[in-house]
Amino acid sequence: MSAEEKTPNKKPEKIGVYVCHCGSNIAGMVDVENVAKWAGEELAHKGVVIARDYKFMCSSLGQELIEKDIKEFGLDGVVVAACSPHLHEKTFRTATEKAGLNPYMCELVSIREQVSWVHTDKAAATEKSKAILSGGVHRVLFDEPLQEMKVPINPNTLVVGGGIAGIQAALEIANAGFHVYLVEREPSIGGHMAQFDKTFPTLDCSACILTPRMVEAGTHPNITLLTWSEVESVSGYVGNFNITIRKKARYVNEELCTGCAVCIEKCPKKIIDDVYEAGLGYRKVVYTPFAQAVPKYPVIDRENCTYFQKGTCKACEKFCPTDAIDFEQQDELFNVEVGNIILATGYDLFDARKVTNYGYGRLANVFNSLEFERLSNAAGPTNGNIVLRDGKTTPKTVGIIHCVGSRDRNFNNYCSTICCMQSLKFAHLVKERTGAEVYEFYIDMRTAAKAYDEFYQRVLEEGTLMVRGKVAEVTDAARQPHEEGKLIIQVEDTFAGKQRRIPVDMVILSNGMEPRSDAKETAKKFGISCSADSWFIEKHPKLDPVSTMTEGVMIAGCASGPKDIPTSVAQGAAAAARVLDKILQKEVALEPIRATVDEEKCSGCRICNNLCPFNAISFVDDLAVTRINPALCQGCGTCVAACPAGAISGTGFSNEQILAQIDGLLMVA
Amino acid sequence: MSKPKFAMYWAASCGGCEIAVLNTHETILDVDANFDVVFWPVAMDAKYQDVEAMEDKSILLTLWNGGIRTEENEHLAHLLRRKSQILVAFGSCATEGCIPGLANLSSVDDIFATAYHTVSTVNPDNIHPQPVFRVPEGELTIPAMKPVLKTLAQVVDVDYYMPGCPPESHQIAAVINLVIQVLQGKAELPPKGAVIGAGNSTVCDECKRKRDVKHITAFHRIQEVAPLDPELCILEQGVPCNGPATRSGCNARCPSVGAQCIGCYGPAEGVLDYGARLITSFASVIDATEPAEIERILDGIPDPTGQFYRFNLADSLLRASTKAWKK
Ligand SMILES: Cc1cc2nc3c(=O)[nH]c(=O)nc-3n(C[C@H](O)[C@H](O)[C@H](O)COP(=O)(O)OP(=O)(O)OC[C@H]3O[C@@H](n4cnc5c(N)ncnc54)[C@H](O)[C@@H]3O)c2cc1C
Ligand code: SF4
Ligand code: SF4
Ligand code: SF4
Ligand code: SF4
Ligand code: SF4
Repeated sequence: MSAEEKTPNKKPEKIGVYVCHCGSNIAGMVDVENVAKWAGEELAHKGVVIARDYKFMCSSLGQELIEKDIKEFGLDGVVVAACSPHLHEKTFRTATEKAGLNPYMCELVSIREQVSWVHTDKAAATEKSKAILSGGVHRVLFDEPLQEMKVPINPNTLVVGGGIAGIQAALEIANAGFHVYLVEREPSIGGHMAQFDKTFPTLDCSACILTPRMVEAGTHPNITLLTWSEVESVSGYVGNFNITIRKKARYVNEELCTGCAVCIEKCPKKIIDDVYEAGLGYRKVVYTPFAQAVPKYPVIDRENCTYFQKGTCKACEKFCPTDAIDFEQQDELFNVEVGNIILATGYDLFDARKVTNYGYGRLANVFNSLEFERLSNAAGPTNGNIVLRDGKTTPKTVGIIHCVGSRDRNFNNYCSTICCMQSLKFAHLVKERTGAEVYEFYIDMRTAAKAYDEFYQRVLEEGTLMVRGKVAEVTDAARQPHEEGKLIIQVEDTFAGKQRRIPVDMVILSNGMEPRSDAKETAKKFGISCSADSWFIEKHPKLDPVSTMTEGVMIAGCASGPKDIPTSVAQGAAAAARVLDKILQKEVALEPIRATVDEEKCSGCRICNNLCPFNAISFVDDLAVTRINPALCQGCGTCVAACPAGAISGTGFSNEQILAQIDGLLMVA
Repeated sequence: MSKPKFAMYWAASCGGCEIAVLNTHETILDVDANFDVVFWPVAMDAKYQDVEAMEDKSILLTLWNGGIRTEENEHLAHLLRRKSQILVAFGSCATEGCIPGLANLSSVDDIFATAYHTVSTVNPDNIHPQPVFRVPEGELTIPAMKPVLKTLAQVVDVDYYMPGCPPESHQIAAVINLVIQVLQGKAELPPKGAVIGAGNSTVCDECKRKRDVKHITAFHRIQEVAPLDPELCILEQGVPCNGPATRSGCNARCPSVGAQCIGCYGPAEGVLDYGARLITSFASVIDATEPAEIERILDGIPDPTGQFYRFNLADSLLRASTKAWKK
């Protein structure tokens, strides 16, 4: 549209101003009556005809106040000074619309997050509120009525990460009759849960409860399982994402492979398995991570394969009864279209080497938590025998140290939430399998979920010795004869009020969880945000824990922070419910905040052409001008800022609106 | 009937704008034929008192070139505003400060120190200009420098703006013709505040070079790129061309002869801060994500002020550095 064609809008002439107390949230620090009175008098020349203050503007009574005034006074602009637009912009715009005024003629300015919550001087806070309110009034004069646009929602869903949270989410959606692409970067789904023997607090066998779900996900007609795969890039927006997936070469033809595992048996090369076996066991170079892996097809580890490295071997190929081994296979790149995305990428284990005074990696019989999970697992490297690093000696005394890397200013400030329970589980397993004497070294015992404290009582009754205090050091330097050949745990016992040295045979470090090392990149790829620690940020920590600020992208499980299995499963199901809700609406209303090109002004310099994250921009060669597809544009503003000719403007964020708001803030005119 | 009166004045400027007016060839005769030239220091003798003696609004058209740098400039700006019906900010110095405006980065003391007391000047007697100087015959004064240079519009009300360093002669001729047509009742004046003698788009719009999407992996100075592809957009070749943000009107003079546009026609219509616009748009097409790599690419622009604000500093949102404002 050229500038000439645009009919200039009539500026609002009757503006209503509403200043919210938010209980004492705002009124405690801002003289709201004074702000409202001031606006009624000092902004009258800008068109303010009514200015009110009210206890809770977001209550139905508050909203009705706006509606009544619009009808009674014929308001054509509304400014609410209250909380952040994140919270209630929609509320007030809906109220505005109900009274027959275009919802985009309503502005919400924040005097809570930006004023009352961050200031301590009431007089100054009141003045600042006036300035912010004045900015809103100046801005509303340049607001234009805008119309939402509806686009259909693609009913397919992408789930990234096949741990328990991702599996749960995928199954819920698939069972509701919609298609899911489940992308997992490892050769098998299952995630961390597949590594455990027993799960607290019920001591269910982890595999027994997990593998049926894995099999269901692997065989479900509505799930396309893509393991050994990763998402390369994402474009589009809620309802219409376009995903490029890289399916890494397995060097095994999935059509031909029957999962007989002959190749694995015949492969002559063994390497230490750092992933699934946590470095305690071996795997072949052609492998499935574990016996119940889903899918059943093995993967050839190219880096370690003798054929790939030296050019000869091919034992697997020779013995494969169905000729499924294919050394020529290449990575495959392909696109899928989905309407929604669930990220369930889980966590990494904190690297216990970083706590050098606990000796992990230096002292042989210091184990980390995942190592212990493998050690105690009946299908693990020791068939479930809990033994020292030599592979045979059963420990007589075991020390379990809590909060390794968690609740520690040197590493992570947060509590990993599961490791108290995990430590109690370890204590129980050690007692049960070895009868050893077990010490737990804890700071606080956190067992606050269903049946957790009962489990703690049970472990206490089993005779585990509890020492409250943060362990200073684990050392093998004996000072006394009875310490010879032992690991000595140096700790301040805060109940006994003294330093203690406790010699043990084995130390288990309950190291906590960390965000995935690539969490920031993943977040960037999918357009969501991370906390300073790198956990994914939820839309609202209490009220919307599985949504993100990016429409159509949900999060579930440990990707947003430490959780136990029940919570991860609940989140997987909740994220699925969110997605189903979107799918069943069939279409999504796109905010009318969009960019447009003034073709008269566009010089065809093409600076903007490859900037749009949603691929909304195209270049019309014969006219040498740029165009924006309004259905694809999300109004992100990238191109608006980039256009050197000032030819692109963003609805809702025009230069006039922004400059007027600044003038208002500065109380110019 | 007496002819309408015409004036042209130069303030802080180089004189190129006057040359450009003379460079309109025969059109200059039309000026003489249609106007009574009452004041034009570069072309004829006249005294300020003569102007002061004129009736207010008695000059029809004044072309003002140059920025406001001294008290004298300021005095004349107010004077000619009073005496003129139509006051045109003529050329880059008057409209946006131009090269003299770059001195807004330094204090007046620093400017004098550099100009008179460094190797830039042979000054054996260590002369340092004073606003007031006593000689046996009495007191001599010269106009004092203002702390910063201002554009004409920052000092007085301006009717029209004519960009260019200097304005292209064909554009000057067109504007003169337009005014003559208005005098003859054959045309109308554009609305007050309009930019005249220039286009509404950008230099790129007039540039014939082929262009594609841009992926900048390095910035070069033009002499480092040899030979420059004669067909391809200069910016795409890594030479920072200011064409994308610069107002059209010059027929893309520089890019068409193989040099990057340095922005003398000033900001395109609707561009609030020329340099900021260019910075965001160049930054948008830098093809790198690693901070160190981005730094390396940006190091290819050794003088960012010169690159982005060569002509526009005095009219930018910042206008001057605090060093210049504060003693
Ligand atoms: C030692 C230990 C013992 C525990 N014991 C118990 C217990 O007994 N009971 C209990 O309730 N909880 C226990 N937990 C907690 C439990 O492990 C978690 O709650 C649960 O595993 C979280 O599941 P998830 O799906 O969120 O993450 P994960 O299990 O980490 O799964 C994430 C999946 O996503 C994949 N992935 C990651 N990034 C990508 C990517 N970019 N693209 C594709 N795929 C990707 C991963 O390969 C993985 O398969 C324990 C934790 C630890 C550390
Ligand atoms: S759950 Fe327990 S062991 Fe884990 S960090 Fe929190 S307090 Fe420490
Ligand atoms: S504002 Fe521009 S860059 Fe952003 S989505 Fe719209 S067209 Fe794309
Ligand atoms: S950046 Fe602006 S002028 Fe350049 S092509 Fe895009 S819309 Fe046109
Ligand atoms: S050479 Fe300069 S003026 Fe020409 S298209 Fe490229 S950026 Fe624009
Ligand atoms: S191309 Fe740029 S620098 Fe050259 S004359 Fe035109 S506007 Fe001035």
